[in-house]
Amino acid sequence: MSEGVGTGAGSGPARLHGCPVTETLGQRTVHTGTQRYLPLMEALYRDGFEACMGLTGVDYLTHPGRELPDDVRAERFEVVVELLSFSRRERLRVRCQVPEADPRLPSLFDLWPGSEAHERETYDMFGVVFDDHPDLTRILMPEDWEGHPLRKDYATGHVPVQFKEAPK
Amino acid sequence: MTDVPTGGGSQAEGAALSLVELLKAKTSEGAQEMLSRQQSTVRELRSETGGVLRLPEGVDIDASDVNYEAPDDETMILNLGPSHPSTHGVLRVMVEIKGEQVLRTKPVIGYLHTGMEKTGEELMFHQGSTNVTRMDYLSPFFNELAYSLSVEKLAGTTLPERAVWIRMLMSELNRISSHLLWLATNGADLGALNMLVYGWRERELVLAFFEKVTGLRMNHNYIRPGGVAADLPDGWRDDVTAICDVISRRMDEYDNLLTGQPILQARMDGVGALDAATAVGLGLSGPLLRSTGVSYDVRRDFPYLAYDAVDFDVIVGTGGDCWDRFAIRMNEIRESVKIVRQVAKAMPAGDYRVQDKKLTPPPRNRIDESMEALIHHFKLFTEGFRVAPGDAYVPVESPRGELGCYVVSDGTSRPYRLHVRAPSFANLQALAPMARGGFIPDVIACISSIDPVLGDVDR
Repeated sequence: MSEGVGTGAGSGPARLHGCPVTETLGQRTVHTGTQRYLPLMEALYRDGFEACMGLTGVDYLTHPGRELPDDVRAERFEVVVELLSFSRRERLRVRCQVPEADPRLPSLFDLWPGSEAHERETYDMFGVVFDDHPDLTRILMPEDWEGHPLRKDYATGHVPVQFKEAPK
Repeated sequence: MTDVPTGGGSQAEGAALSLVELLKAKTSEGAQEMLSRQQSTVRELRSETGGVLRLPEGVDIDASDVNYEAPDDETMILNLGPSHPSTHGVLRVMVEIKGEQVLRTKPVIGYLHTGMEKTGEELMFHQGSTNVTRMDYLSPFFNELAYSLSVEKLAGTTLPERAVWIRMLMSELNRISSHLLWLATNGADLGALNMLVYGWRERELVLAFFEKVTGLRMNHNYIRPGGVAADLPDGWRDDVTAICDVISRRMDEYDNLLTGQPILQARMDGVGALDAATAVGLGLSGPLLRSTGVSYDVRRDFPYLAYDAVDFDVIVGTGGDCWDRFAIRMNEIRESVKIVRQVAKAMPAGDYRVQDKKLTPPPRNRIDESMEALIHHFKLFTEGFRVAPGDAYVPVESPRGELGCYVVSDGTSRPYRLHVRAPSFANLQALAPMARGGFIPDVIACISSIDPVLGDVDR
């Protein structure tokens, strides 16, 4: 933990393992891109974040203007990881920008095997591919399903309801 | 599992084969099928457990213990569920067995998936709690609570104290009812059928109180962003005291009935043991994690509501087996009774929701007499309320573990993204390491002690 928490004593934004850290509403977030994702996660694992409590995706297709640190380029997809350190009672969120053209990230399975189901869910719902995942198949949707339902360009569709007294 | 050889052979053989192939095609589970052993790499086999595997290298399994050579024809795949009472809903479990021994286990889920996270994106913030309350249907207050806390964090709302304490009262009562139902179903799974009746009976006490307060026994939509839907009814304190008295007396009876029962103990003692490193690595939480000796309870470690103002113990086990989890849940009911008593005693007076007309509707009778109230009411229910752009995740300790809503707002009146970190979903990953090496009845005991709610798993 040499680089530790909140080095932002004055100049510039705080950084953690070379990645910008923001703090909103009392919750700390580290921002990264696909290139630095795995080294960052490995470093955080060594820092004592023993558990990966959750991993999910967000599709920012229709909300591109979100607030991000200056040196982070906004991409369409974001993979959000919630890390937890039991010993320090500390939480940390990692937001990783994943480009639409190549939605691909290394799997965290070797660090936190508990990310396995969450990564499968993210793949199922957003189509983000996790390399080296032991069993990357759909988990909630049927396996022959087309498309990834939680993407913003995936229409919900509807079933028209015929009311009894409706005019013909 | 084995591939049917194609081509070659006489015509009669070919016909038989095509029938086999036809059957195979008709019953195939496709890509979600448990992978053949030959397809597993050494890295996977070394720590093999789950459908493929669920463990880091050498955490709790001795490498020499794994039979790399086990051919497929010595093992068979047994399907449990999806429609079987012991799976607690529509959980399907594929179990690879060799003789009587369980080798690998793969939970197959999604039978109850209804796209509630997608639905959540279409509902306005004030409508959202009707949606999330249906996820974990045995502890609906916790879903509403996790959702409301995240939305309130984004909206920057501070609640009146009474609202906070009412929320605490309802969620602790809900923990009691959820654990009682677990006691009942766990008893039923393991052959202690009398507990099935008693557990439901006691749960009914709590649900009757819920109905009195919220109007519904389940899916209450009671905890909403900005407070709760209604104040507690007259005489609530007497009801709560009566519930506490009955439950704590009955808990002693159940101790006599279950804890001292050698058959039940034999079914759970040492079964499905997990060690702390595995449990932490798998991201488990709740009684499942605490049974391994990791003392983690969101109520104590990241206090929300007013949990830092009440006195309670976090129950921690040592062995990590089903027996420990049983003991933890039994004692957690007692701890919750303790909290409920404190809350009933210390319930502050005041408002049960914030009087912010942009956030909570005006009282019904004001609408008839005040134009302004009518406008507020109309605006709130047609346009909803807006919250600042940003993201928030506030975890709560549900009876099953850490439950939280990751809410992203883009500044409109609907959540841009609503993700629910479901404890049952994460905890289900523990099934494979728990069941490995045991027998089929142990798998049932393991599923039962994970306490998955399939509405929560599939969302």
